[in-house]
Amino acid sequence: MKIAILGMGCATCTKLEDTVRQAVKETGVDAQIEHVKDIKQIMAYGVMTTPALAIDGKVIAAGKLPTLADIKKMIGE
Amino acid sequence: MNECCSKDNNEKKKINYYIPFLLIPLVFVIYFFLERGVDYFVYEILKLDKSSHLTEAIRFFLYDTPKVFILLTVIVFVVGIIRSYFSPEKTRKALEGKPLFAGNIMAAGLGVLTPFCTCSAIPLFIGFVESGIPLGVTFSFLVAAPMINEVALVLLFGLFGWKTALLYASTGLLIAIVSGWVIGKLKVERFVEEWVYEIKAGDLQMDEQKISFIDRIQAGFTAVVDIVSKIWIYIIIGIAIGAAVHGYVPENFMASIMGKEAWWSVPIAVLIGVPLYSNAAGIIPILQALLEKGAALGSALAFMMSVIGLSLPEMIILRKIIKLPLIVIFISVVATGIMIVGFIFNWIY
Repeated sequence: MKIAILGMGCATCTKLEDTVRQAVKETGVDAQIEHVKDIKQIMAYGVMTTPALAIDGKVIAAGKLPTLADIKKMIGE
Repeated sequence: MNECCSKDNNEKKKINYYIPFLLIPLVFVIYFFLERGVDYFVYEILKLDKSSHLTEAIRFFLYDTPKVFILLTVIVFVVGIIRSYFSPEKTRKALEGKPLFAGNIMAAGLGVLTPFCTCSAIPLFIGFVESGIPLGVTFSFLVAAPMINEVALVLLFGLFGWKTALLYASTGLLIAIVSGWVIGKLKVERFVEEWVYEIKAGDLQMDEQKISFIDRIQAGFTAVVDIVSKIWIYIIIGIAIGAAVHGYVPENFMASIMGKEAWWSVPIAVLIGVPLYSNAAGIIPILQALLEKGAALGSALAFMMSVIGLSLPEMIILRKIIKLPLIVIFISVVATGIMIVGFIFNWIY
């Protein structure tokens, strides 16, 4: 599974990355985590608010910080 | 104040949803008896001297602080629920293909309602440009979004009264509409960084999530926790300074500096306001006290608008996608609008 965190380095974006890493660790899911900071690549996902979270190219959440429990559920599916 | 995006708490709290509704009558009672209660506490229980400056300052502080926090909690909660119905993506869709002037009006209105934070200004700007929304319309959005926000309105309503709050909101909207329209007429497309036009934004692959009303109430709670935890300290400091000004600064002290007669007070207020940033929460209570001491309403409004509406960090972020001349045009057009509003209100009142 490929998990992408979309954000240009704002504080909330970094927090999202930490939460995702923790969620992956706790669930033991095999996943590659990538923090996309380039605006051109971010725009390619079609989001207009950061931070956003995409799993296998599909945007799951945008403009907010999902909770650890939510992220676990998202990657568990 | 809209410095960064809304965030959910990491540990989702279980909230009993009926509690806020049970609290409503209690909040009303506290709010309407607050002034009498504080008077009773200060004069009868503490038995403070009615004529002393210190008593006045204490009374002012004890009355204004709970009042502002009650209003803030209620309004931010309601606005949080309303905002859950809007998103930048929906706003973009609504603005697509709208003609210039009607587009400006809609963009300014949606700017108030759409959840927006300065940290998302770049993807939002590119997203708008990419789908063919005119620059002028985009700027109407970018002016209205920070300028007319719930915190400023709550403070204006609580400390100045509903007339001033309404005045602020309506003139702020007007400035957003007109400055966006003017910028649109100036043909500023060449001042946008070239690479912005080359970006091909993808289609958003996201399922429309069903949001229940419980989720929206949750969004209201999140907004309250998020905003109040961020600004409470500024509000308390602001009200404390305001209280000191209220108690100690002589009447009409401000008349010569920020009064009607001093025509230059409006431009000076705007000039000082631009680099000062975001702590509207702290500035508005101080301003209220200054107004009482003879500052003119127009100058005060102009100052507030430039503090809240034109912020340096936002300009620095926007500089990544638009060239300096457009930043300068943006600031000057909006600042001119604010000054006109300031002059008009100094002249009327």
